Amino acid sequence: MAAPMLRWCCPGRRFAFARVGCGSCHRRGPPTGSTSNGKRGQSTVAQQPHITAQKPRKGEREWAAVVGLEIHAQIASNSKLFSGSQVHFAAPPNSLVSFFDASLPGTLPVLNRRCVEAAVMTGLALDCHINRKSLFDRKHYFYADLPAGYQITQQRLPIAVNGSLAYSVSVGRKPSQMVTRTVRVKQIQLEQDSGKSLHDDLRSQTLIDLNRAEGQLRVDANISVHRPGEPLGVRTEVKNLNSARFLARAIDYEIQRQINELENGGEILNETRSFDYKLGCTVPMRDKEGKQDYRFMPEPNLPPLLLYDSGSLPPGADPQQVIDIDRLRERLPELPRVTRERLVRQYGMLPEHSCALLNEVGLLEFFQSVIKETRAEPKKVTSWVLNTFLGFLKQQNLAVSESPVTPSALAELLDLLDRKAISSSAAKQVFEELWRNEGKTPAQIVAEKKLELLQDLEALEQLCRSTLEAHPHVVMDLKRGNPRAINKLIGLVRKATLGRADPTAIKEVLERQLSS
Amino acid sequence: MVKDGCAHVKPAAATDLSVFLLVTWSLWWQTGHEDHVGPDPPRIIFSAGKALHRGALGWKAEWLLSIIRLLRLSPTLDGLEVSVALKQGQVTPTELCQRCLSLIKKTKFLNAYITVSEEVALKQAEEAEKRYKKGHSLGDLDGIPIAVKDNFSTSGIETTCASNMLKGYVPPYNATVVQKLLDQGALLMGKTNLDEFAMGSGSTDGIFGPVKNPWSYSKQYREKRKQNSHSENEDSNWLITGGSSGGSAAAVSAFTCFAALGSDTGGSTRNPAAHCGVVGLKPSYGLVSRHGLIPLVNSMDVPGILTRCVDDAATVLGILAGHDPKDSTTIQDPVKPFTLPSLTDVSKLCIGIPKEYLTPELSSEVHSLWSKAANLFESEGAKVIEVSLPHTSYSIVCYHVLCTSEVASNMARFDGLEYGHRCDSSVSTEAMYAATRREGFNDVVRGRILSGNFFLLKENYENYFVKAQKVRRLIANDFVNVFNSGVDVLLTPTTLSEAVPYTEFIKEDNRTRSAQDDIFTQAVNMAGLPAVSVPMALSTQGLPIGLQFIGRAFCDQQLLTVAKWFEKQVQFPVIQLQELMDDCSSVFENEKLASVSLK
Repeated sequence: MAAPMLRWCCPGRRFAFARVGCGSCHRRGPPTGSTSNGKRGQSTVAQQPHITAQKPRKGEREWAAVVGLEIHAQIASNSKLFSGSQVHFAAPPNSLVSFFDASLPGTLPVLNRRCVEAAVMTGLALDCHINRKSLFDRKHYFYADLPAGYQITQQRLPIAVNGSLAYSVSVGRKPSQMVTRTVRVKQIQLEQDSGKSLHDDLRSQTLIDLNRAEGQLRVDANISVHRPGEPLGVRTEVKNLNSARFLARAIDYEIQRQINELENGGEILNETRSFDYKLGCTVPMRDKEGKQDYRFMPEPNLPPLLLYDSGSLPPGADPQQVIDIDRLRERLPELPRVTRERLVRQYGMLPEHSCALLNEVGLLEFFQSVIKETRAEPKKVTSWVLNTFLGFLKQQNLAVSESPVTPSALAELLDLLDRKAISSSAAKQVFEELWRNEGKTPAQIVAEKKLELLQDLEALEQLCRSTLEAHPHVVMDLKRGNPRAINKLIGLVRKATLGRADPTAIKEVLERQLSS
Repeated sequence: MVKDGCAHVKPAAATDLSVFLLVTWSLWWQTGHEDHVGPDPPRIIFSAGKALHRGALGWKAEWLLSIIRLLRLSPTLDGLEVSVALKQGQVTPTELCQRCLSLIKKTKFLNAYITVSEEVALKQAEEAEKRYKKGHSLGDLDGIPIAVKDNFSTSGIETTCASNMLKGYVPPYNATVVQKLLDQGALLMGKTNLDEFAMGSGSTDGIFGPVKNPWSYSKQYREKRKQNSHSENEDSNWLITGGSSGGSAAAVSAFTCFAALGSDTGGSTRNPAAHCGVVGLKPSYGLVSRHGLIPLVNSMDVPGILTRCVDDAATVLGILAGHDPKDSTTIQDPVKPFTLPSLTDVSKLCIGIPKEYLTPELSSEVHSLWSKAANLFESEGAKVIEVSLPHTSYSIVCYHVLCTSEVASNMARFDGLEYGHRCDSSVSTEAMYAATRREGFNDVVRGRILSGNFFLLKENYENYFVKAQKVRRLIANDFVNVFNSGVDVLLTPTTLSEAVPYTEFIKEDNRTRSAQDDIFTQAVNMAGLPAVSVPMALSTQGLPIGLQFIGRAFCDQQLLTVAKWFEKQVQFPVIQLQELMDDCSSVFENEKLASVSLK
């Protein structure tokens, strides 16, 4: 990959969002060097399990891991950070390259307003301090997919700093044991992405795609281990992790590797490593650049980026030329933490259920659509969406958007269940039919499969009576004082109704008949 | 303060063709020039008077005048604007274009042009001609020949920066300033010579060789040399143009075009303008787009304008100025096209004379002309005061750090991968970079890249770059303080002396020369101010000396108004290139252009 090597003078936590496809990145990283940072760093999602995972030996304190993430995330924008070229995923190589993107001499960067807005909104969502003035810098290094010989980034004064993100995570065996953690955000910065290098080893060629790198998310994890109370350990950087799963696995592995190394008397080198997802281990990268000096310099072609709020907005300013933080704040969608709290409050949902609804893309929207259309209890809806629906999705590895069952269909099904037109087991059956996606409504399926509950009380009484008559020994058993015998009778009646009778109703009829 | 009025037209210097010098020209130059002293009786008829009344925006055509004088037409005429002549059909764009093209050929030895875009120019002229015939001219620039320094991107025309690195590089787009000129119907004659990547003050350090100053061949200089010098070998003593926009200055000075674009980072437009006896304007930073200008120092570069009179510079500035969405450092406020009024009263004007500019290296002749100019303002009622710019002496060293740092950064893109030179080596990518850059850049460029990278190293950044930025602020504040104290315009020399012979110039290296020669011009770039060099008089050697006016940021119009008043007072003489003119007049006849009737 072409991503620049990034070295930080100490371990810590770094999150960044970069725009891929030439875009930009907001980056969050660690404050440099303080021990307290390292300690608090232990509370990140990524490293939490590892601290407890390592059992202390006799007379030794346990190891603590410090993890910092630098997250490069692509901004959802139509054009690139500094040029008018479009952004398209999987466009043909070099098809979206402006003269600026190709670094033709004399071209100049022009900042994309949408990217700035996205960065500010991200900063607000992560509780950052938004810098009213931020600057752009050039970071120099030679690489074939960096045509200008430098990358435009925000090194000295980024657009947002000092944020935090609170989140809940379940600890222990029960999912209901949720604890709230906070991760600190050092900074968010807008950054131009490099291009993409494709190495053709056969012909010893490198092909460059200046559409800019692929993928929407790329994470570099900085990891070190030390014993609490002692100075921070030497850090390694695992680069170019592109999924949360690999990120977690890479960090797990790297922490364990470092601990093993140190306990066997080895030492940790300050190096960049990559994660081999097939072998599940990290390996040193060919570090040909040695100690890089990026020779940072202010980008002279971009004036300082000034942001305003309703108080500081210059009078008569052209709204197209200024960015008003307060207006962006109004445009922020409901943040996940607020949504989770609202779900718990509004529907009496368990906190872990509110988390589960938000952890799957589109699931919350699906849930809300069902809720809107059905008379079924929210608890019922939650249970169906999180157990049955999500279970089916997971089983077939589908996204919510790929589900064959629409929210309306599920709502209709839950309505049938709610007014006792069908039994729970019949409902499961209907859902399976719906999943097969033959274009039928739940009502049609119920009618075709004759799944509706027996509503004719006389017929039910008749069936109960004949069941009692046909099984005198069970009745005897019951009369001798075995309370569980009633369940057997209920089962027999249900079987006789082909599962279409409500067990509660059967029980009522049977008890009446037995006592008469 | 400034009143509107009819622009003054400069009277023609008396020219006597019979006194024409027989000098030892190179052979091709010599051929046939004696046959054309006396052309046929008048064919060109002037509608004198009418043509002279013009708005402030006009093209003063010494060039046409020279032709006319040579043809012994209307010797009493004292001026003409080409744009009016074009509008009135007295001359056609194609004729103008062909005359300039033949002059370019005749003055090829000056080495002013790297590329002559003859076909492009003729095609543009044809289109302009159609417009004029329909009466739909695009404006004052329609059909006017211009030249562009070869560090501005020109679509489809090679843009070399006089460097091996960009030899053969043909940009796919036009610089904004080039596009604006073309949109106005200007004819692009070609790309002018410079120091490699505009790094130099002599126009001597490009791969296409040095530019020769047209004044080397002027009657004025040759006569003086004859009196003063015993040197036999005249041609070996040709003079440098100054730089780095020497090609543009020479092109304008030798009448091969009416205006030329230069670039100005530390004086690169004003310095050669002073040496070549033309007007050189460095607009305020941010007033004119840099999009497409291959950068030297982004934070100081400004497209410069070279013309033969202040009015012409104002016309071009009026077209180029304004916001460019492709250059975020251009001003947002709309710039209205302006006309330069003729100042009649300077009594409300306050002229500042910076005392730090009186350096020991300043030649006595320039010094005395500077004093004379100050006295001129004073005698006409202006307030002339001595002012102080206390940080001036730090300017050169500060510039060195900032300039080389940006150069190191800007030159990083020349790696041989996408465009420009690439070495043959294919050992590794790194080896390819190294060899490409060693072969592609000259010593001057490589030296600046090395210095710049040194200053940008993490361990040096604070001590050099950051300090230089702070000094830059102090230098800029010096100007702010002076202008806040009520000074309207500063008056300074442009150069230490008149142009020196090439053989003299190359005795010092590029760095020493640049440091010396930028002394009066370069602080202006640090502060982003507008400045203009106006030719004042000829030295005892018969060479032009220019003075510089420095204005308040974005008060370019006020600056030019004062410059125009000064220009009118000093009556700088027209360069007398008799042989050149004579040769041209033969072209003039041979190509049946003389039959054109200027009604």
